[in-house]
Amino acid sequence: MKHVISMLMENESGALSRVAGLFSARGYNIHALTVAPTEDESLSRLTLVTSGSAQQIEQIVKHLNRLIDVVKVINLTEGPHIERELMLIKLSAVGEYREEFVRLADIFRGTIVDVTPTTYTVQMVGESKKLDAFIGAIDSEMILETVRSGTVGVMRGEKCLQI
Amino acid sequence: MELTGAQILIHFLEDEGVEHIWGYPGGAALPIYDALDTDAKELKHILVRHEQAAVHAADGYARSTGKPGVVLVTSGPGATNTVTGIATAYMDSIPMIVITGQVPTSMIGLDAFQEVDTVGITRPIVKHNFLVKDVNDLAITLKKAFYIATTGRPGPVVIDIPKDVQNATSTYEYPQEVELRSYLPVVKGHSGQIKKAVDMMLSAERPIFYTGGGVVLGDGSEELIKLVRSLAYPITQTLMGLGAYPADDKQNVGMLGMHGTYEANLAMHHCDVLIAIGSRFDDRVTGNIEKFCPTAKIIHVDIDPASISKNVIVDIPIVGPVQQVLQEMNAQLAKADKKPNSEALQAWWSQIEEWRAAQCLKYDTHGAKIKPQAAVEAVWEVTKGDAYVTSDVGQHQMFAAQYYRFNKPRRWLNSGGLGTMGFGLPAAMGAQMAFPDATVLCITGEGSIQMNIQELSTCLQYNLPIKVVCLNNGFLGMVRQWQEFFYDRRYSMSYMDSLPDFVKLAEAYGHVGVRIDDPKTMKKQLEEAFALKDRFVFIDIMTDPQENVYPMIPAGAGQNEMILV
Repeated sequence: MKHVISMLMENESGALSRVAGLFSARGYNIHALTVAPTEDESLSRLTLVTSGSAQQIEQIVKHLNRLIDVVKVINLTEGPHIERELMLIKLSAVGEYREEFVRLADIFRGTIVDVTPTTYTVQMVGESKKLDAFIGAIDSEMILETVRSGTVGVMRGEKCLQI
Repeated sequence: MELTGAQILIHFLEDEGVEHIWGYPGGAALPIYDALDTDAKELKHILVRHEQAAVHAADGYARSTGKPGVVLVTSGPGATNTVTGIATAYMDSIPMIVITGQVPTSMIGLDAFQEVDTVGITRPIVKHNFLVKDVNDLAITLKKAFYIATTGRPGPVVIDIPKDVQNATSTYEYPQEVELRSYLPVVKGHSGQIKKAVDMMLSAERPIFYTGGGVVLGDGSEELIKLVRSLAYPITQTLMGLGAYPADDKQNVGMLGMHGTYEANLAMHHCDVLIAIGSRFDDRVTGNIEKFCPTAKIIHVDIDPASISKNVIVDIPIVGPVQQVLQEMNAQLAKADKKPNSEALQAWWSQIEEWRAAQCLKYDTHGAKIKPQAAVEAVWEVTKGDAYVTSDVGQHQMFAAQYYRFNKPRRWLNSGGLGTMGFGLPAAMGAQMAFPDATVLCITGEGSIQMNIQELSTCLQYNLPIKVVCLNNGFLGMVRQWQEFFYDRRYSMSYMDSLPDFVKLAEAYGHVGVRIDDPKTMKKQLEEAFALKDRFVFIDIMTDPQENVYPMIPAGAGQNEMILV
């Protein structure tokens, strides 16, 4: 089962490689990883998607907590939460596809953010499953390029990940 | 006070109470070495002959004293040579500070002379590491490093200091305290969990204590002895835990694991309540994990939450410092209404005595060749069991663990986790430096000793009266043993041809060399060697090359599937 693990860590060079290194050294999976500074510039927020047995996930969380640069860790999947991912997808948009992709993007609530005589670039935000579904709905030969941000998430309600 | 970075380092180390520092100079550490000459008052630097030995020596100092070991080396090869030592300390949770010189910040990333990414290379084998880019951050970074290395589950911390930071100046004031919002080691075990554990312990019919290096590192020996004696339960220790409970005590069933005693492993296999304290269910202990303690409820005390339920799922986890948790267990036990089930305990002990009667550590004492076991026992007698004993890795390490009966903690210093050959001699240097008047000996083999033999020179320079006990069988014994058992006796590369004459080698380094090859004269020769209190003596004992370490749990087998001989 996939788990979305989110953490606050010191905004210091090397902090990211400590997290990435932990995953490779202990043989854990990383499906996606995204990191950026927060409103407090001494802190970064890192979100990663991993998978494993309940025991493995528990170990992952413990080992992340053990890293000195990691301030706080939460497994979002354990409770009600919101997940979002951003995708930019460049499509070959010629002939009948020009109309078709506008309709499809509309159905998925995507936005066409760049247009050339032969291409569209569609921006789409949603849960990863939705982005997968959009990709699945497109003739694969027409996909020129896909860029995905990796999942970010927050807990629902008033609960926050903060120090 | 306005000081250079190099001076700040030296002043800080003295203010922190560091007495010894092991190291080797080089280009990117020269300002520090200069400050050592001009500014150091009490701090003593010991010049080793290879950086790996500096780390093992600091490690031996840390293991024997409980204080952090400190190392100073240059950039590039100086730093890479410390890697084996750092990994050794990391695996055994030894508090240590390794200071490495680095090329100037302006040259980092340009493939400068003697540049390596020290922080990157050491990242997976340290508790934490730092690259100090600003001299104003130096003192507080050093304070953080010592705090991290010595608290919680201890471990090595590397501080990489570029040469320009060593030369830049800043005002220095010793930082008394440090706070890290991202690092808050647990200082107290959960009382509710401890209560549950005490209840479970008192309801046990076939209990056993299984204790590890954490009890030694966490200074929990005294409380452990109190607890175990008041319950009258059996206790077994891991390789790293030897000495925390007296080996000569009847409740002690000895070491467990691959080369542990028959009674310890069988008692583990059949127990109904397992009380694990400061031990981490290592594969050399558990044997086949599927067959491990099939009928046991497990209590596990450890300072590191990540050690709990890592290899074996436990029933009552307690995260906390062993000393404090044991103290509270003793206090709760004293108040408890319930008493141990004496009838069940009596039956359990008679079962254990039956296993003990197998005398699994017995060996043939009649041959013309010296048995390595007999050599270790003779060393135990000659030193009255009261030495600091280091070892390298292999058969001699197991013989030392089995036959040198440790009655005190911090007396047995060996690389249990990483299994580093070449650890023994430099570790003995660290222990001897910490305890100049104590008997410090290194039980080694002719293979291991050659991995840091250059340190014979350091031992002369600092007059370290270490006794090296080399169990010389001409083979890489443990490799040979596995090849005999599991590879049809194809002794691929385990025979050591062209060995040096260790007696002459010791003499060439200015020491005393002794060769022992007759079981009849062994004891007397050992007494003579150990009587040379102020000399380093290399004792080369020619032992039976065919001898194997028994008993043994073969790889993949359970604790109840031991080979006795």
